[in-house]
Amino acid sequence: MPQLPDADTLFAALIEQMAPHVNDDTALVGIYTGGAWLAERLHEALGIRHPLGTIDVSFYRDDYAAKGLHPQLRRSDIPFDMEGRSVILVDDVLFTGRTTRAALNELFDYGRPARVDLAVLVDRGERQLPIAARFCGHTLATPLGGKQNLQLEKADNGSLSLRLIDA
Amino acid sequence: MHNPQLNAHGELQHLLSLDGLPREILTAILDTAEPFTEVAEREIKKLPILRGKSIFNLFFENSTRTRTTFEIAAKRLSADVINLNVATSSTNKGETLLDTVDNLCAMQADMFVVRHASSGAPYLIAEHLHNTRRHDIHVINAGDGRHAHPTQGLLDMYTIRHYKQDFTGLVVAIVGDVLHSRVARSQIAALTTLGVPEVRVIGPKTLMPTDLDKLGVRVFHDMREGLRDVDVVMMLRLQNERMSGPLLPSGQEFFKVWGLTPEKLAVARPDAIVMHPGPMNRGVEIDSAVADGTQAVILPQVTFGIAVRMAVMSMLGSN
Repeated sequence: MPQLPDADTLFAALIEQMAPHVNDDTALVGIYTGGAWLAERLHEALGIRHPLGTIDVSFYRDDYAAKGLHPQLRRSDIPFDMEGRSVILVDDVLFTGRTTRAALNELFDYGRPARVDLAVLVDRGERQLPIAARFCGHTLATPLGGKQNLQLEKADNGSLSLRLIDA
Repeated sequence: MHNPQLNAHGELQHLLSLDGLPREILTAILDTAEPFTEVAEREIKKLPILRGKSIFNLFFENSTRTRTTFEIAAKRLSADVINLNVATSSTNKGETLLDTVDNLCAMQADMFVVRHASSGAPYLIAEHLHNTRRHDIHVINAGDGRHAHPTQGLLDMYTIRHYKQDFTGLVVAIVGDVLHSRVARSQIAALTTLGVPEVRVIGPKTLMPTDLDKLGVRVFHDMREGLRDVDVVMMLRLQNERMSGPLLPSGQEFFKVWGLTPEKLAVARPDAIVMHPGPMNRGVEIDSAVADGTQAVILPQVTFGIAVRMAVMSMLGSN
C-alpha cells in the first residue's frame, strides 16, 4: 500500500495555490461530505466574503437508476446569489470526474455563475470524463485501481486525514 | 406472507397504505423528503432523477388538489406526467380497471398514481402487476375509498416532525369525521408506528367507526376533554359528499359542538400546532381565527406534501 500524504501539508499547498486567485467575488461550494469539511477550512483560511455553500450531488448522479438514493441525503445549501459569481467547487478527491459533473449540473440550477473552478486535495487520476482541477494539493503517481476508495476522514478533534478503504 | 408493498429485498415496491409498513421505511421516506424541501427555493426547481420516466395519474375520482401536488412532485423530478381523468373516459365505455392498466403498461408506464372511490383498487393493480411479473412498474395510492391516503399521512408525519422534532413524547388528537376518513386511518397507522404514545380521536358517536379500540387510540366525545394538553391537533374535513343518511343535522350545528375555535384550542398546550388536510370548510370544522392563526401549519403542510411525494416517487423509481 502506498504511503498517503499528510492532509494538513496538502491543505497548506492548496491554500498557497488558491490565495492569489481569490477576491471579493469568489464563493466556495463544498461537495458532501469530505469536500464540505475541506471547503469549511478553506473558507476560513482564505477569508472568503460570501457565505459557504454546500451541495449533496446525489440527485444528479448518473448511477441513480442502478444504485438508488443514498439513505443519508444532505440538504444542499447555496446561501449566496449564483448569478455572475466566481465559484470554486471543492472536493476531497478527484477520481472519475463523475461527481464533479453532477456538481456542475446542480450548480447551474441555482443560476449562471461567471466561472467555476475546481479545487481538490488529491487527484488520484483514472478520469472517465474530460474534467481537470485548477487547484490540486497532490497528484498520485500510480493509479490505485477501482478496488479502493480514497477519502477524507474527520476525527473528533476536527483534524482531517486521508484514508484508503476497500471498495 | 407476501407484503405487496415491499419487493424481495424488503424495499418499497408500491406505496399502498401506511398500515403494515415498518418504522424504518417510514423514517427513510421522511429523511429523504428533507433535502427535497430545498429544491423549491432554487432558480430551477427541477432534479433529473426521473428523467425519461412516464408517470400516469389515474384519477377515478376527482381531486384537483391531490392530483396537482402529485403532478408538481413528478415534474420537479423531471418525469413525464400523463393525467387521465378516468372518471370521464374509457371506464365509461365499459373497460375494466385492469384492462386500462394493461393498456397503459403497453404505453411504457413506469408508475401509476391511483385515486379510486373503491377501497382496495390500488392493491388490485399492484397484485395484477405482480402476477404478470411487471416488477419495474410501481403504484402509489392517492386515496382509495374510506381505506387509506398514505402520502397525506406521510406529509402529516413530516409536518409533526418538522415542528416537534420527536414523536415519542407527543399527545396527538385527530378531530372530526373519522368514520368517512381515509386520512384518519393513515394518520393513526403512521403515528402508532412512529412511536407516538398517545393518539386521541375526538368526534360525535355517529362519525366514529366501531373498530377504533382495535387501533389503540383513546376515544373522546367531548372537545374540551379530548383537546386538553395535546401537542398536535389534526382536524379532518367534514365529508359532505361521503355522507349518506341523517348522520348530522347541519354544518352550523356541527360547528357549534365540534368546530375548532380559539376557545376550544386554548385547552391544548400553548405551543400546540393545528393541522388540516384540506380543503377546509371554514365555519364547519374550523374557525377562521384558528385557520389563519399563529398555531396553524396548514399551508406548510401543502408545501411539505410536494417534498414527501418527491421522496416517495424517487425511492420507488430506484427500487
